[in-house]
Amino acid sequence: MKTLMKGNEAIAEAALQAGCRLFFGYPITPSTEIPEYMAKKMKRVGGTFLQAESEVAAINMVYGAAAAGERVMTATSTPGFSLMQEGVSYIFAAELPVVIVDVMRHGPGLGGLGATQADYFQLTKGGGHGDYHPIVLAPATVMEMVELTYLAFDLADEYRNPVILALEGISGQMMEPVEFMPYRPKALPPKTWAATGIGDKPKVNIVSYVLANEAGELHNLHWAKKIERMRAAEQRYDTYRMDDAEFALVAFGISGRIAESAVDILRAEGIRIGLFRPISLWPFPTDGMRKYSRIRGWLSVELSAGQMVDDVRLTVGSGTPVHFFGRQGGMTPDPEDVAEAFKMALHNELNAGGVR
Amino acid sequence: MKKYLIAGFGGQGVLFIGRILAQAGLEEDKQVTWLPSYGPEMRGGTANCSVIIAAKKIGSPIVSRPDIAVMMNTPSYKKFLPHVVPGGFMFLNSSIIPDTAALPSRADIRILRVPINEMAHEMGKDSVANIIMLGVIQAVTPVVSDAAIQAALAGISTKNHELKELNEKALNIGYQYGVSLG
Amino acid sequence: MSVVFERTRGLTDQSTHFCPGCTHGVIIRLIAEVLVDMDLLERTIGVEPVGCTGFCENYFACDIVGAAHGRAVAVATGVKRARPDRFVFSLQGDGDGAAIGLAETISAAARGEKISSIFINNSIYGMTGGQMSPTSWVGQKTATSPYGRDVELNGQPLDLPLLLSQVDGAAYVASVSVESPQEVIAAKQAIHKAFEVQIAGLGYSFVSILSTCPTNWGVTPVEALSWLESKMKPQFHLGELKKPALEGVTGP
Repeated sequence: MKTLMKGNEAIAEAALQAGCRLFFGYPITPSTEIPEYMAKKMKRVGGTFLQAESEVAAINMVYGAAAAGERVMTATSTPGFSLMQEGVSYIFAAELPVVIVDVMRHGPGLGGLGATQADYFQLTKGGGHGDYHPIVLAPATVMEMVELTYLAFDLADEYRNPVILALEGISGQMMEPVEFMPYRPKALPPKTWAATGIGDKPKVNIVSYVLANEAGELHNLHWAKKIERMRAAEQRYDTYRMDDAEFALVAFGISGRIAESAVDILRAEGIRIGLFRPISLWPFPTDGMRKYSRIRGWLSVELSAGQMVDDVRLTVGSGTPVHFFGRQGGMTPDPEDVAEAFKMALHNELNAGGVR
Repeated sequence: MKKYLIAGFGGQGVLFIGRILAQAGLEEDKQVTWLPSYGPEMRGGTANCSVIIAAKKIGSPIVSRPDIAVMMNTPSYKKFLPHVVPGGFMFLNSSIIPDTAALPSRADIRILRVPINEMAHEMGKDSVANIIMLGVIQAVTPVVSDAAIQAALAGISTKNHELKELNEKALNIGYQYGVSLG
Repeated sequence: MSVVFERTRGLTDQSTHFCPGCTHGVIIRLIAEVLVDMDLLERTIGVEPVGCTGFCENYFACDIVGAAHGRAVAVATGVKRARPDRFVFSLQGDGDGAAIGLAETISAAARGEKISSIFINNSIYGMTGGQMSPTSWVGQKTATSPYGRDVELNGQPLDLPLLLSQVDGAAYVASVSVESPQEVIAAKQAIHKAFEVQIAGLGYSFVSILSTCPTNWGVTPVEALSWLESKMKPQFHLGELKKPALEGVTGP
């Protein structure tokens, strides 16, 4: 049965359904519905909710619980996510399965609470130190938040890697109908690597330092292989009216929804345009995007000064024009604004093609 | 597709009106979104929410140009008046928004004034003013069936039987008022 | 002939990396001995910091999780909350526990986290080559206080165990040292009590152990022992600063 639920609460409930049994977090708007929901409901499943003294402490508590082999999560918002970056780097290096929710608010600095996607670089390029990548998933609807939360826990365990759900504050606050399908865990091997006390097993060490340079390189090469495996297997995207499209908008999360409405406006004007919506921000869905080689011009629509557009350009190469349109500081464009921006940016290509 | 924008002071039940409308859409298996204002702007005392009810998948959930606007105080009225689509509706809480010539207005939308605070007071329950407004909206601009609104209100609101009856009564009073407006 | 001393099975066969004359090795051994004495080894998860105790995963025979600098107590919190039936201890140095991780230390104590923290205080940043720490004594010359710790600039050394003894959730707080056999025995007893407090579920237990750093202090191992006594001890409150009132918590 479908019920109306806020995005943030749906994520928290989905995490519980997926077997998350520990939550550590520090309150920060606009993510607080997640810890509040956990505080209320974690008891129901016999789990632990603990309010940490800071995001720094929270991410390290998460590290400890993951090291002990339990499904664990934290949720925060942009400035708190910045504070967690060191921990995310350690979690990657110690190869621990952890799910992090970043309910983005606009920055830099203390910024404000409005919708933004300006965490894109921090999320996808490694906000902390060293060569690492978390898997980053960007839902656009509350239903998708549930599906991707289920997926996040499986991916984290499968790759022993941090997985981040990234959504805009506006999406976390939004209510939509949602249905909790039964969570069916992926068949995964037992966590024999976890530090649970030796019992009668061999001793386990979970550390992230490698002082000998030769060994350090070997470790990094091992991680690089994992990164390549994730890059190959975990690209996700959705498309809208792309089948016969000559032009495309590319946008994720809330921008994806705004862009979808813009596609309808432009289609009504006779322009053959579609939407390519990345769901995995890392790995960026390059393979899927490259299938649309006939696209004569792209417009990346983002709530930032232009971040994902770099990945679009890297993906489609220099042969095809890639433009950017965005709003910042918490503002969101109307679909009409996106449609206008598209026509301005790709004016020449539109006229040259005579697609009307 | 119908887009609502409901705005007022915190405590006027603005978000709740939106909740009922969205839930009513869901009762009829329609696509719905409900989007509140959030964060410090709410601590400042103003609140608004956007609701969309549609037959097919909803793209942007953000309502910049509402078909139906519900304004519970003067600042909201002034702020959102220009945004209503031509031919749209604007419901005003006339208990709070004065009917003076000094306020801007529009001829291309229908503006309906409802003294919901007085009406609620007459009922003996000030807090149902927003439910009265919901009844008026349903009478004048029905997007879902009356039954869906009633089911949504019964489902979401209080478990207290007495309050439930009051809510139903308030909805009905609003509805009758809306009918009388034609 | 009877065996009067043997290597504890709480430690692996790995030789330690500690500098000659450093008392870290003694402290590591005491912890391992107590884990064995109390039959805890098989269900223990230790959390090590960054610093001179940061390579202990090679020495302890139990499972070890390595934490980021300053976060050992937060990591130990996560481990313990995930596995409340396991025995969890953390190791930290003075920089880790009293500077970069001070918020985590005090917050864990305030929550009454059922973990045991062993805080090894040598009044210097050893791993990074001898810089001033929050517990360096007034006048102590280090790489970053070349003219001696200046109260005007740096304030007085922080007496972390005294501070923690004021925190309700800290059930047991002791401040001991290891410069003589008698002190080593007392230190072991304090560790034993701290561990019993965790087993009894009484709250957070914390043992500060004053330790030497002849390399970075620039003295011989023997001089270091006397420095510990003459220069360090006067800076800090010593002994069992806080003991649980409950019965059944006694030393060996």
